[in-house]
Amino acid sequence: MSLKENFKPYGENAFKVRLSIRTALGDNAYAWDTNEEYLFKAMVAFSMRKVPNRETTEISHVLVCNVTQRVSFWFVVTDPLKNHTLPAVEVQTAIRMNRNRINGAFFLNDQTLEFLKIPSTLAPPTDPSVPIWIIIFGVIFCIVIVAVMLLILSGIRQRRRMSKGPTEVDDSEDKCENTITIENGIPCDPLDTKGGHINDAFMTEDERLTPL
Amino acid sequence: MEKARPLWANPLQFVFACISYAVGLGNVWRFPYLCQMYGGGSFLVPYIIMLVVEGMPLLYLELAVGQRMRQGSIGAWRTISPYLGGVGLPVGGRNFGQPLATVSSAQPSRLQPGLASVVVSFFLSTYYNIINAWAFWYLFHSFQDPLPWSVCPLNSNRTGYDEECEKASSTQYFWYRKTLNISPSIQDSGGVQWEQGLCLLLAWLVVYLCILRGTESTGKVVYFTALLPYCVLIIYLVRGLTLHGATNGLAYMFTPKLEQLANPKAWINAATQIFFSLGLGFGSLIAFASYNQPSTDCQKHAIIVSLINSSTSIFASVVTFSIYGFKATFNYESCLNKVILLLTNSFDLEDGFLTASNLEQVKGYLASAFPGKYSEVLPQIRNCSLESELATAVQGTGLSFIVYTEAIKNMAASQLWSVLYFFMLLMLGIGSMLGNTAAILTPLTDSKVISSHLPKEAISGLVCLVNCVIGLVFTMEAGNYWFDIFNDYAATLPLLLIVLVEIVAVCYVFGLRRFESDLKAMTGRTLNWYWKAMWAGVSPLLIISLFVFYLSDYILTGTLQYQAWDASQGQLVTKDYPLYALAIIGLLVASSTMCIPLVALGTFIVRCLKRGDTPPVA
Repeated sequence: MSLKENFKPYGENAFKVRLSIRTALGDNAYAWDTNEEYLFKAMVAFSMRKVPNRETTEISHVLVCNVTQRVSFWFVVTDPLKNHTLPAVEVQTAIRMNRNRINGAFFLNDQTLEFLKIPSTLAPPTDPSVPIWIIIFGVIFCIVIVAVMLLILSGIRQRRRMSKGPTEVDDSEDKCENTITIENGIPCDPLDTKGGHINDAFMTEDERLTPL
Repeated sequence: MEKARPLWANPLQFVFACISYAVGLGNVWRFPYLCQMYGGGSFLVPYIIMLVVEGMPLLYLELAVGQRMRQGSIGAWRTISPYLGGVGLPVGGRNFGQPLATVSSAQPSRLQPGLASVVVSFFLSTYYNIINAWAFWYLFHSFQDPLPWSVCPLNSNRTGYDEECEKASSTQYFWYRKTLNISPSIQDSGGVQWEQGLCLLLAWLVVYLCILRGTESTGKVVYFTALLPYCVLIIYLVRGLTLHGATNGLAYMFTPKLEQLANPKAWINAATQIFFSLGLGFGSLIAFASYNQPSTDCQKHAIIVSLINSSTSIFASVVTFSIYGFKATFNYESCLNKVILLLTNSFDLEDGFLTASNLEQVKGYLASAFPGKYSEVLPQIRNCSLESELATAVQGTGLSFIVYTEAIKNMAASQLWSVLYFFMLLMLGIGSMLGNTAAILTPLTDSKVISSHLPKEAISGLVCLVNCVIGLVFTMEAGNYWFDIFNDYAATLPLLLIVLVEIVAVCYVFGLRRFESDLKAMTGRTLNWYWKAMWAGVSPLLIISLFVFYLSDYILTGTLQYQAWDASQGQLVTKDYPLYALAIIGLLVASSTMCIPLVALGTFIVRCLKRGDTPPVA
């Protein structure tokens, strides 16, 4: 680091960066060494070059120091003449706009490559134009309505058929035969499934006379 | 002379209808909570004792009454103590084996639990279907990736998450804000939420579809509503037991804490759970049994249904506790990870150096090596405890819609599990709704006046429509508070009174011996001494003691309070009910309880007037 006297690690234009490589990659974690640092400086310089008026930022303008075991370090971007550090706001904007590229270079994400003091823009949730639940609701609603209509209509048709049936047999006696008699609290229909017309207790005409 | 009473196509349909009605949401969300609160494995002891002493006898009594009287609850109880004089005998219900003369000199009706049952069932069906509406809502939302309750929505400038969601959790936020859109207190009613209103409408349409044709359609539907929940529970059992951390939950649940056996609350809650879980006193069981062939062996069915109901509770709690164990372990490990991250960042330790196993050692080392910095960080370090995670006992809608969804969102293929779970809740809820509506409809369709003017489809339709419109109250912003009122007060005390009156009516007014001989003539089996002992002595005493306990509990508690959701803090706060809410609670309890003495008084007056009329005629 060349400009120790102008570069206070905890100055207002410096940013602390924290990486959690082992958390993100597990066994595929790479070790943090000076080459990785070089890549980091390159990415920061790349981000700064996208800012208007800063297209001439070089890798050497990015200074990194206080690397710990964690891995965490501080960095700051100096101007081309190397006599002062660039304002934090510019650096912040630049990093925010290129966050995805920086994350991608290190196989990390916003949680494992943290820039403290630079909040990340969260991805907006994908909202479909029509909420999915209304579609499913509509489908089930229509099915249920159709089923209800079918059942009601078939019930009406059944009732109409039943009321037409007995009127064709226009005996007044038959009207009594259609109702089920109750004997001692038990309906007689279990005795005869056809509707209780025939009382099996009595002999029929044929059997009254003993056959020859 | 009456039209043939519709019958179940086979006895299996009847058993399934009873199971479908009895096995409901209470088995899934109340029993595991009670098990957890009252000593885990040792809660099974009072539970099984109460099942044998209270559940089976009372269930057998209701089924026998329904099968014997062959009418819905109003007609059945009117038959037990028939009217005198001008009112005439009730339709179709003549005591067989007894000539007309003896019947008319029997005691007049002073006890009318039938109408009270219908009133309680009416209240129940009004508020119960909103649970099905919520289940539909969650079911429809389960078809998204990611599940909507697994992530917090972003705040307005997209730099962070919504504030309420941050303070609470994403599942709580989805329940309280997106589903209920709950207001801060019961006074702020807000408007009807149209999304919930639509779901409620759909729920009532589905119920109407199932009850439309009476036992013909109900008999087929109960095959699904009885069996499908078991399929889903078995699938969940297999998945639950293979989840990481499930054994923690199961060990916690089944280690018996024997000292809880001495706690009277454990016994009272066991009795209450058996009582309400079987659905006694609503009139639904009487209605179902009235569609039976008189020769059906209802003793066998009563034992089967009560055993299946209780084993389902235990089975569901095994599933619930494996899910609890998974959730608790997951939260415990997240908590540990947060502490590890905090320490790693504060002391710039190497990433991955701190693990759960060496955490305590390293904490000790850091405390001694860097005492100043450590004491700065110390307040932020939370004490992670698996025990405290497991000990958070939740019941009711909180369990299903908050705790379970939290566990589900962490499972792989969470959409599938979510769909299965809410489908099961729907089946359970609709099965219970069939019983509730049967309790209301059977007396209506039995009554000559109404059924001669309207076909049964229209009666069912009207009942569903009225309930749906009233149910819209529960879709308002303060709706969940009203739901809690109905849930806690509409059914508890009145039911105890109704069932007490039922037992006393059968044993002492109708006569236990008469009932015994009727049953023997009907089914061909003698009544075991055990049932007689239970009906005449033990069960009424048990119910009286429960009743006294609840009454004294309500009186001693003073003003009633409720839990309100505070959006600014992201948690529940306790508030007092306003005066009008207390009045409505009183009205709820009174309206069903008072039916019994009021109708009794009414018939007594009518009888006195009739007796006053007859002398001039003679």
